[in-house]
Amino acid sequence: MKKLLLASLVSASLFGATAAQAEDYVIDTDGAHAFVQFKISHLGYSWLLGRFNDFEGNFSYDESNPENASVSVTIDTASIDSNHAERDKHLRSDDFLDVEEFPEASFESTSYKPNGDGTGTLMGKFTLHGVTKDISIDVKEIGSGQDPWGGFRRGFEGGVTLTLADYGIDYDLGPASRDVEIFLSIEGIRQ
Amino acid sequence: MIRDNQRSYGWATIGIHWLTALVVVALFALGYWMLTLSYYDPWYRLGPWWHKSVGILLLALTVARVVWRAANKKPELIGSRFEQIGAHLGHLLLYVLLLLTMVSGYLISTADGRGISVFDWFEVPALITSIPAQEDLAGEVHWYSALALVILAGGHSLMALKHHFLDKQNTLKRMLKPQK
Repeated sequence: MKKLLLASLVSASLFGATAAQAEDYVIDTDGAHAFVQFKISHLGYSWLLGRFNDFEGNFSYDESNPENASVSVTIDTASIDSNHAERDKHLRSDDFLDVEEFPEASFESTSYKPNGDGTGTLMGKFTLHGVTKDISIDVKEIGSGQDPWGGFRRGFEGGVTLTLADYGIDYDLGPASRDVEIFLSIEGIRQ
Repeated sequence: MIRDNQRSYGWATIGIHWLTALVVVALFALGYWMLTLSYYDPWYRLGPWWHKSVGILLLALTVARVVWRAANKKPELIGSRFEQIGAHLGHLLLYVLLLLTMVSGYLISTADGRGISVFDWFEVPALITSIPAQEDLAGEVHWYSALALVILAGGHSLMALKHHFLDKQNTLKRMLKPQK
C-alpha cells in the first residue's frame, strides 16, 4: 500500500513537472530522423535538390505554452550533398559557401507565434556565409507521442525561402536561381 | 631508331616526352582558365570535358611510358656524380607529380561513383569512392601537385638549356632527335 502510494506520488509529480515546464528535445540526427534540405531552380527549367548531412540542435516546446518554444540548430556547411561530387566541391568553394572560412551555419530562434491550428511562425537569427539575418520559418506541427522504444518524440516541418545574395553569395546562376527554398523536417527526442 | 640506346633516346621516347610536355602545359592552362568561367559560358561544360578526356589519355600514355622506359636501355647520364643524382631525383619527382596530379584528378570526378567519359568514346569507371571528403582532399592534391609539376617542368627546361648552351653537351639534342 505504501509502495503504491509512493509510486502514484512519484508519477503524479513527474506528470506535474512535465505539464508545468517546457520540454527539452534533442533533434534526432543520430537516427537521421531530421533533414535540412534545399531546392533551387536550375536555369528556370527544373529543380535541383540537395541537403546538409551533418547538423545538430535542440528545441524546447510546451504544449500548453507553445509561444515559449525555442530552437537552436548548427549546420556543418561542408556536409552539403547534391548527389554530385564535382558540384558539391564547387558549392563548398568560395564561389558559394566558402566552408573553409565559414564552416558553420546556425539558427537561433527569438520567438514563436503559434496560429492555434498546429501551424505557426518561428522567428530567429540565421547565420550563413558569415552573415546574420532575421528570418521567419513557416512551421507545421506533424505529431508527437510515445515511440515504440520507450521514448517520447515530437516532430515539425518548416519552410523558408532565402535569397542567396542577402548572405553575400553572389555567384551568377541565372535569374531564376537567386532564391533557395529550405525544407526542414525535424524530429526531437524528449530528454 | 624507335628504341632508346646507350647514346640517345629513340623516337618513341622523344615523341612521348614532347607530347607530354605539350599536354601538361595545355591542361594546366585549361584547368586554370576553366575555373574562372561563368555558369553561362559555353566552355563551362566543354572545358572540364576536354580536361578530363585528355587527362585520362595522358594517364594511359604515362603508364605505357613507364613500361617502355623499363623495357629500354637508358642513355648514359652526362655530368658529375652530383649532377647525375640530381637529374635522377628530378626526373623521378617529375614522374611522381605527373601521376599524382592525374590520379588525384581522377579521384575528384569519380568520388560519387560516376565514371569519367573520355570524349564520349568510352568511360573509365570509378574505383575508389570512400575516402572521407574525397573530392575536396583530391582537389587540394590535384592543385598543388599540378602547380609543383609545372614549376619543376620549368626548372627541367632551364637545366636542359643550361646543358645545351653553357655546358655544350648533347643533353637536349638527344631528346630532339636520335643521335648517332
